[in-house]
Amino acid sequence: MSKATAKRVAAAPGDNSAAAFDVARVRADFPILTQEVFGHPLVYLDTAASAQKPRQVIEAMSHAYETCYANVHRGVHRMSQLTTDAFESGRETVARFLNAGSADEIVFTRNATEAFNLLATCFASVNLGHGDEVVISTMEHHANIVPWQLVRDRLGIVLRIVPIDDDGNFLLDEYEALLGPRTKLVAVTHVSNALGTVVPLKQVIERAHARNIPVLVDGCQAVPHIKVDVQALDADFYVFTGHKLYGPTGIGVFYGKSELLKDLPPYQGGGEMIASVTFEKTTFKDPPHRFEAGTPPIVEVIGLSAAIDYVQALGQDAIAAHENGLRTYAETRLAQVPGLNLIGTAREKASIVSFTMDSAHPHDIGTIVDRSGVALRTGHHCAQPLMQRLGVAATARASFGIYNTRDEVDVLARALESVHEIFG
Amino acid sequence: MLDDLRELYQEVILDHGRNPRNHRNPPEANRHAHGHNPMCGDSVVVYATVDDAGVIRDVAFEGKGCAISVASASLMTEVLKGKTEAEAKVLFGQFHDMCTKEGAQGGDPDNEELERLQVLAGVREFPMRVKCATLAWHTLSAAMAGTDDATTE
Ligand SMILES: Cc1ncc(COP(=O)(O)O)c(C=O)c1O
Repeated sequence: MSKATAKRVAAAPGDNSAAAFDVARVRADFPILTQEVFGHPLVYLDTAASAQKPRQVIEAMSHAYETCYANVHRGVHRMSQLTTDAFESGRETVARFLNAGSADEIVFTRNATEAFNLLATCFASVNLGHGDEVVISTMEHHANIVPWQLVRDRLGIVLRIVPIDDDGNFLLDEYEALLGPRTKLVAVTHVSNALGTVVPLKQVIERAHARNIPVLVDGCQAVPHIKVDVQALDADFYVFTGHKLYGPTGIGVFYGKSELLKDLPPYQGGGEMIASVTFEKTTFKDPPHRFEAGTPPIVEVIGLSAAIDYVQALGQDAIAAHENGLRTYAETRLAQVPGLNLIGTAREKASIVSFTMDSAHPHDIGTIVDRSGVALRTGHHCAQPLMQRLGVAATARASFGIYNTRDEVDVLARALESVHEIFG
Repeated sequence: MLDDLRELYQEVILDHGRNPRNHRNPPEANRHAHGHNPMCGDSVVVYATVDDAGVIRDVAFEGKGCAISVASASLMTEVLKGKTEAEAKVLFGQFHDMCTKEGAQGGDPDNEELERLQVLAGVREFPMRVKCATLAWHTLSAAMAGTDDATTE
């Protein structure tokens, strides 16, 4: 592990090189990284499943509970007002983070999965009927597959699947050929959680919009790695989850263009989302509150907002440079491990490296490297259709975050060499 | 680091993992079931041939998976041949205890089958892997009970 001697600021202004990124300083912000696993320093390479949390996020949340907490939008009392301000300013932070047109375009959910279910349910109830088509890709997470299958079973819609090539590239022309008169929505991932492929989103959206088809984007794996501008992309709906962005669990973000949100019916009914209720008739609030029934994840929004502040202070370009450096180093280093096959070598990738080994099943790989303190994800990554397409039951996946180092890549590589020793 | 791992991945396990015994689909089998481990996506099909007296004449399996699940399935097919359904049930219970309970006595010298399964006792130190070791057994139980599907959940 490199020593925390450098006391520079995290990234010098204007310098986006990986070298300017002071990873020792970043690591010092993450209390969990001092933990040991089986007597070895924790090497956490599972950020794509859930990121660790910096002190700044943990403290923002405990500070809220200790100094500024009540229910939101409910009381006239001072604490409620202060908490409401903090909560709504979290919405502004998220809106700025995505460069949304307005904070009213940001809906808070429990996680990304709830956002997909919200959109599938609400969009379907006004826009989808028997025989209508929704286009998704081979690389979707189950969270962007199963909600549409539930709609299919209810309404008889048709799912069309964009193919990929063997390297994991999204095939744009094949995608375009799927767009037809019955296509009502395109719902695709921005970055594949299993392969790291970055989907050419700008072209995906342009080609859909040329036919007046709206596009929903799964940004869960994109926002921790890439600067996202929903207006520049012209995304109609954009979803991400807080816990992969160094924020808390229990908070998801659903962005929708105002003109589209206003036509969607409520998702769940309850408090917070109504304008007035009588037993005869209830009127609903405007978005975003129409979609936020019940007491929201108040302190989680405050935590997410602190996470966004943290990431932005490091600089998203500097983060991308740091993580790309780790990813390319890992690809080179792991390729030297005997019998190791990289899975997913798309032209553009985020900091995810999936692989299999000739001698060992991913599960056995995961167990063995765990004894060296290395946390890897092994399995189907909630993307079973993608695994079927690639002809593997499972892969092992290393995913890199802001706190990872080249030394940790070396620890991983050595642990994988011991897998080869045991099984080879 | 290697001690625990060597205990888990003993030579017998590596051998059965690489060259599973009874990895086939016998046409005369009169019981079968699909087993599935939702955590890793591994799946297995277990086939059994049981005679009128309730004696298991043959057990076989098909499927791919990690070294632990394949070795466990392979060893299971070997130890169950000639047992009655009731005996198989008892053995599964003892094997399950051996994989999960600290200090559970696997090394019963009078119990030859359990002795043979003792090589899998190392999973006790790897709680996340117990399901791998028991998948084939759960699937066999489902086959005996006449249900087609088993999961480790
Ligand atoms: C690409 C992608 N989409 C959706 C999800 C679902 O996120 P969550 O479980 O927080 O709802 C994940 C994370 O597992 C993911 O990686």
